[in-house]
Amino acid sequence: MSIIIRDDGFHPDNWEKDGGSFADLEKFGKDVAQNRADKVCIDVPNNTDAQSLYENFDNAAMIRIAFPSFADGRGFSLAKQLRQLGYEGRLRAFGHVIADQYGFARVCGFDEIEIDDELAKRQPETQWLARIPKLQASYQHRLLGEQVNQNV
Amino acid sequence: MYKYNEFDHGFVRNRVKQFRAQVERRLDGTLTEDEFKPLRLMNGLYLQLHAYMLRVAIPYGTLNSQQMHQLAMLAEKWDKGYGHFTTRQNIQYNWPKLNDVPDMLDALADVEMHAIQTSGNCIRNVTADHFAGASADEIEDPRPTAELLRQWSTDHPEFQFLPRKFKIAVTGSPNDRAVTKAHDIGLRMVRNEKGEPGYEVIIGGGLGRTPMVGKVVRTFLPKTDLLPYLEAILQVYNLNGRRDNKYKARIKILVHETGIDRLREMIEHVFEAKKGLHQAPPEAMVAAIEAQFAPPQFETNSVDEDRLSKLVGADPGLRSFIETNVSDHREPTHAIVTISLKPIGGTPGDATADQIRTMAGLAEAHGYDELRVSHEQNIILPHVHRNDIPQIYAVLKAAGLATANIGLLSDIIACPGMDYCALATARSIPVAQELSNAFEDIKLQRDIGSLKIKISGCINACGHHHVGHIGILGLDKAGVESYQITLGGDGTETATIGERTGPGFSYEEIIPAVTRIIDHYLEIREDEIETFLETFRRLGAEPFKQALYSHQQEAA
Repeated sequence: MSIIIRDDGFHPDNWEKDGGSFADLEKFGKDVAQNRADKVCIDVPNNTDAQSLYENFDNAAMIRIAFPSFADGRGFSLAKQLRQLGYEGRLRAFGHVIADQYGFARVCGFDEIEIDDELAKRQPETQWLARIPKLQASYQHRLLGEQVNQNV
Repeated sequence: MYKYNEFDHGFVRNRVKQFRAQVERRLDGTLTEDEFKPLRLMNGLYLQLHAYMLRVAIPYGTLNSQQMHQLAMLAEKWDKGYGHFTTRQNIQYNWPKLNDVPDMLDALADVEMHAIQTSGNCIRNVTADHFAGASADEIEDPRPTAELLRQWSTDHPEFQFLPRKFKIAVTGSPNDRAVTKAHDIGLRMVRNEKGEPGYEVIIGGGLGRTPMVGKVVRTFLPKTDLLPYLEAILQVYNLNGRRDNKYKARIKILVHETGIDRLREMIEHVFEAKKGLHQAPPEAMVAAIEAQFAPPQFETNSVDEDRLSKLVGADPGLRSFIETNVSDHREPTHAIVTISLKPIGGTPGDATADQIRTMAGLAEAHGYDELRVSHEQNIILPHVHRNDIPQIYAVLKAAGLATANIGLLSDIIACPGMDYCALATARSIPVAQELSNAFEDIKLQRDIGSLKIKISGCINACGHHHVGHIGILGLDKAGVESYQITLGGDGTETATIGERTGPGFSYEEIIPAVTRIIDHYLEIREDEIETFLETFRRLGAEPFKQALYSHQQEAA
């Protein structure tokens, strides 16, 4: 089971229960061609070229970026690039993200984080909610006008 | 000097609060040791050989007397009565207890200091020319840029989990005292043909096991484009830097493997996209930062040359102190005084709490309340009226801080080595101490002239041995310390990586080996003015190799 974390706390992951599915970029292309993509999330590794997703921005029901390890920060830059390229849909981080990174993930453009039950048990909801980014509290907001994505 | 505004204060306090909670969460198990590690590192806390070590940021090496007093307090209350100034213009405490660290951080926040990003795979404490705002050769003060970068890089959401650590240095002078070509990014303040201020941007320099001199990625970057351009470099590095091998993860390897031209294209591509998306830092904010680095109101009284020359004539100690430790200031009535933390036979960079207080007191009484830490592990009083130098010398002498050896043989950079560091493969402090003892006669050192000896206790090169005129690298060869010598390194604007001479020397052999190099230099130099580096550049490594190894062949 997975837990989804958003600014309003923990949620069960109902993506598949609600009829959604996951596909890698290649399969997603086929789904689009066959008009079967309306509830499909594109599942991508963190070394994906952001540009390669561009043409599917409007087709994707969600994009999910893998975090193989919390120490591998590529997912943050990939999320940032997708937002900068104009992706406005739902963006999920998936895997080993820790509560202390929740604010970083949100500012980089993620709407939500998907973690496993073990991690959710070890780092309960309060530890994640403590790291909701406060808009005015970052140097990057002051210097570059950085905003927190308010998509969901 | 930069004064915290309300935002800075709030930010630093909040960060301490977060870290306090992280320590508690480590102890109650909600954070694993693996997860806690990068979090403590990005708050300056290392696990060393014997204990934790806290590395406190001294942004661009600048601090005031109140901050210096607080560093002495920390040394007494939570360490063993001393602190260690480092090659990153920081101070390290070697014996804190984990539970005390949040209190230490709060005590630092009391005086507008912190330990944020002094370690970890993030953008580290930004360094700058230690003579900034004071030296006679300066084009522009690099510290407003360094402060802007401190703010921009602090808690940057995208760049806290980079492939590896990332170091930025800034210089505003053509004489590069900030070793910009040995940093991940080096910024040199320049002007274009229209006279507009900007930066030459150098990337991919670094020492460590694969030493490389940085390459110019942009010859002129307008000042206002600085942050988006650095965002672009960091994003390209974060996505493309190697993560399969920590020894190949620095940006220098990416530059090497991708090629500077291809990498430049990638950076420019990202930069063009970013430029339109970000606002430039608000002018008022930039102006407010710049205003805080305005020079102090310098005293206008003239220099009493008669009195000075009488005092100097009567005291050879004062004379050599002035000749060696005092540099030209942009105001002719003033001078820059460098306080050596390299007493003969001492540990380079160490200062006791009392000594730290003495230096703070001098800054207060005679130095417009300002101090600097240099990457050469010395302390600087950047603004001193020349009339005050004899008094300053007397106070320093009484505190054991008047060693007149700046730029000379015993002004050695050494990493902590096996005495403290968990990574070290050999001792470096005792080598520095014995070398300093072997040449304890300052007159002899002055005769030898300008000489930079730098010692690292492992291949990671924290002692900058690659850019030492004489570099010493301590390795472990089958359980025995073995010291390799490199010659001809240079960390200035003419940056060069030193050349290895050949087989290493044992701990017992290394001091005699260095002595042979120096003796030979004294024999072959053209005249007393030709420095060691100049002789090396004229004749190459061969004569020194002869001096180093020929007696071994005879013995064999």
